[in-house]
Amino acid sequence: MNGISARFRLERDGFLLDASFDVPGKGVTALFGPSGSGKTTLLRCIAGLERAEGSLFVNGMRWQEGKSFAPVHRRELGYVFQEASLFPHLSVQKNLEYGYRRAIDRQVQKDKVIEWLGLSRLIERRDVASLSGGERQRVAIGRALLSSPRMLLLDEPLSALDMRSRQEILPCLERLHRELEIPVLYVTHALDEVARLADHLVLMEEGRVIASGELSGTLARLDLPTAHLDDAGAVIEAVVAEHDDVYALTRLDFHGGSLWVGKVEEQKGAKLRARVLARDVSIALEVPRGTSIANILGARIMEIRDEGPDKVNVCLDVGQMLLSRITRRSRDLLGLKHGMTVYAQVKSVALTR
Amino acid sequence: MTPDDIEAIWLTLKLATVTTCLLLLIATPLAWWLATAMTRYKHVVSALVALPLVLPPSVLGFYLLLLLGPEGWVGRLTAALHLGTLPFTFPGLVAGSVLFSLPFAVQPIQGAFEAIGKRPLEVAATLRANAWDRFASVALPLARPGFITAIILSFAHTVGEFGVVLMLGGNIQGETRVLSVAIYNHAEAMEYGAANLLAGGMVFFSFAVLLLLYLLGGKFWKVAR
Repeated sequence: MNGISARFRLERDGFLLDASFDVPGKGVTALFGPSGSGKTTLLRCIAGLERAEGSLFVNGMRWQEGKSFAPVHRRELGYVFQEASLFPHLSVQKNLEYGYRRAIDRQVQKDKVIEWLGLSRLIERRDVASLSGGERQRVAIGRALLSSPRMLLLDEPLSALDMRSRQEILPCLERLHRELEIPVLYVTHALDEVARLADHLVLMEEGRVIASGELSGTLARLDLPTAHLDDAGAVIEAVVAEHDDVYALTRLDFHGGSLWVGKVEEQKGAKLRARVLARDVSIALEVPRGTSIANILGARIMEIRDEGPDKVNVCLDVGQMLLSRITRRSRDLLGLKHGMTVYAQVKSVALTR
Repeated sequence: MTPDDIEAIWLTLKLATVTTCLLLLIATPLAWWLATAMTRYKHVVSALVALPLVLPPSVLGFYLLLLLGPEGWVGRLTAALHLGTLPFTFPGLVAGSVLFSLPFAVQPIQGAFEAIGKRPLEVAATLRANAWDRFASVALPLARPGFITAIILSFAHTVGEFGVVLMLGGNIQGETRVLSVAIYNHAEAMEYGAANLLAGGMVFFSFAVLLLLYLLGGKFWKVAR
């Protein structure tokens, strides 16, 4: 039985966590929601750090059901806390070895983990206090992976870091996303991290799971709180199709169309993920002429919903779903309605490897 | 210095060493329990452990004398086990010293355990360490400063104890006559020179111990509350 199936109920200090979800047993699942929505508590229940009622199955392993409750150290998981929490009395090397030596079924390849996370130079350091925040978090992730987990749990691993450390770790996390075969649960309240790293989305609010599903489909839903965020937008899985050396551009193809972006280094055929923010997509009734915008996609309006007093969100089918945020007035001036054929002008695209 | 005085010094050091070792064995689990248990009873236990801090040593010694003596239930137990009764013996002094110095061992260790917090132990659990392993590989090494403070304080406090020893019948040469009692004897016998030598040594010793504590970071006063 593959997949992760979790049902938990925990009441504490007036807060009720009553959450259940089923997600695939591989890839990155983001647990997303505002702070105080119970994401971390849910993750702690999954790890066994909180004793909640409920059940938990991870790729056929029963970790909790009824009276049976596997203690934390018997659950083969890796857990990365918000603050790196390295052992201060151990060197970097000893920190990394802590879980490695105790692994129940040692399958991990040490050198690979060290390479993915760029740990080879840090390993020499004696004192973990001499590491920067980003370095500490990389060691913490490495330490978790070296315990040969069957699932990796990350609790907002970037939130305690400054901008520079974030930029240092995000590529590592993207690398893990590509390389890891085990499922990853990633708690975050930052939508850009979700868009870059997740394949699957579990949305939380006030201790409950309000939606769960494949990433791009869920992000395109206008009825969910994600659509109200400032950086709401869609995610498109694309393939590098063509490089234009004259203008230093790259064409990305996706199911239903293509996008021109600034030239990327990836070879033809490489997979990239494009994030298109709703506020960067405008709508025209006819093919716009005399515009500097390079990406114009034929689209069909799937849904329109009010967004605040002055704006609306529009869900557009361009082969994949795109979101567009325009003013209410524009909607009325253009007479936009469900089912109409229009043109989506994409002003900017952010790429993730 | 007379051979009797030297014997008193040795006896004192022996008493302090044995007491400190026993205290570590008793205080460590007790401190761990006090630092981690969620029950309300722990306040009762905390108060009991701290009692020797406020009680006059003679009170403690008096009840120990009754308890360990032939009519006390511990005394009856030891007699039934053919161990004799403890007052006026070295083991009796050890028992009294352990009780008397208990807060000086428990409180620094408890404070050190509490300062670690839950997180490092949770991290260890997610890295497959079971409860014993977590205690040995994380809690103990991180609580090291507390243990050092506890060892120094227990040892020094036992060296300096007088009231409990006297009440438990401590004036038998080679058995229960420790330094503080020897000083008392010298002073009573107007042998001020001998008393001065031993007492001055104690002052120096105590000062050295406290200096060592402060050099180690002055953790004691923070921890002992």
